[in-house]
Amino acid sequence: MNDEHNDFTNHNTSIYKHLLVWVSLLVFTSITVTVAGLNLGSYALIIAVTIAIIKSSLVLNIFMHIKYEDLIFKIFLTIGGFTIAVIFLLTSFDYLYR
Amino acid sequence: MKYNENTLDYVPTHEVHRDDVGARMGMWLFLFTELLLFGGLFVTYAVYRFLYYPDFKIASLELNVTIGTLNTIILLTSSLTVVLAISFLQKNNRNLTILFLFITDLLAVIFLINKYFEWTAKIHHGIFPGSEHLMSLPNGQILFYGLYYVMTGLHALHIIIGIIFITIILIFTANGSVNSNNYVKLENAGLYWHLVDIIWIFLFPFFYLIQ
Repeated sequence: MNDEHNDFTNHNTSIYKHLLVWVSLLVFTSITVTVAGLNLGSYALIIAVTIAIIKSSLVLNIFMHIKYEDLIFKIFLTIGGFTIAVIFLLTSFDYLYR
Repeated sequence: MKYNENTLDYVPTHEVHRDDVGARMGMWLFLFTELLLFGGLFVTYAVYRFLYYPDFKIASLELNVTIGTLNTIILLTSSLTVVLAISFLQKNNRNLTILFLFITDLLAVIFLINKYFEWTAKIHHGIFPGSEHLMSLPNGQILFYGLYYVMTGLHALHIIIGIIFITIILIFTANGSVNSNNYVKLENAGLYWHLVDIIWIFLFPFFYLIQ
């Protein structure tokens, strides 16, 4: 499994790939700032959170090499994300319907 | 077998046991605890934002979006430079690795300088935890600024730790103990730095861009 990681590391295009991810992160940032300037009401929060999730998954997968790691890393990360999501969801229900 | 230059002892050249995957996993497990630390604060933020939305919106207008955006660009770029440092070390280009780690440190310091000016301006306007002016504001605004100082402050503390971490790795790279065959320490410093970046990706719209 570790070979997968090495395959990536020996790849000469990795620098261009990282540059491309960086450019898309900047583009997403400008979208976030632009959208905040428009009057979209409650949609603005949904858009901002969606973009933040897209940006962080780019960082996780490419910059943090999760895409090239063993399956166990992906499982751990999923459990971590799931735990946070459950805490958020249960807390929201508490405050929305109390 | 070969000689160690300093001790004239034989150094075994056969495989020394090393577990890079385990080392990275250890780092990830630590990052999950960080995720819970900030996750708890984000839950607190979400609840108070829901309860005091109008106050949060008004208080958010006081924050400097330009500095916030600038700092976002700086942190995203520093994430790029640290990942490029890893790529260059994999290509056995030690000098470029050191240069890019140095640029990462530099960007982190610029981030902190911006943060310093931002906080100084706020404090100058009498907005800081426990200040007379802040306490005269509605509860929602007090909570907003409380969370703002705690969350961006804790994040800034992580930036300072990250600078120290990256500087140590920079020294290791310069003296050769981190090299193209053994760079898991550099990878772990990178992982820490990217986590700090991810947290900012969420902090930025939540505090600076409330609609």
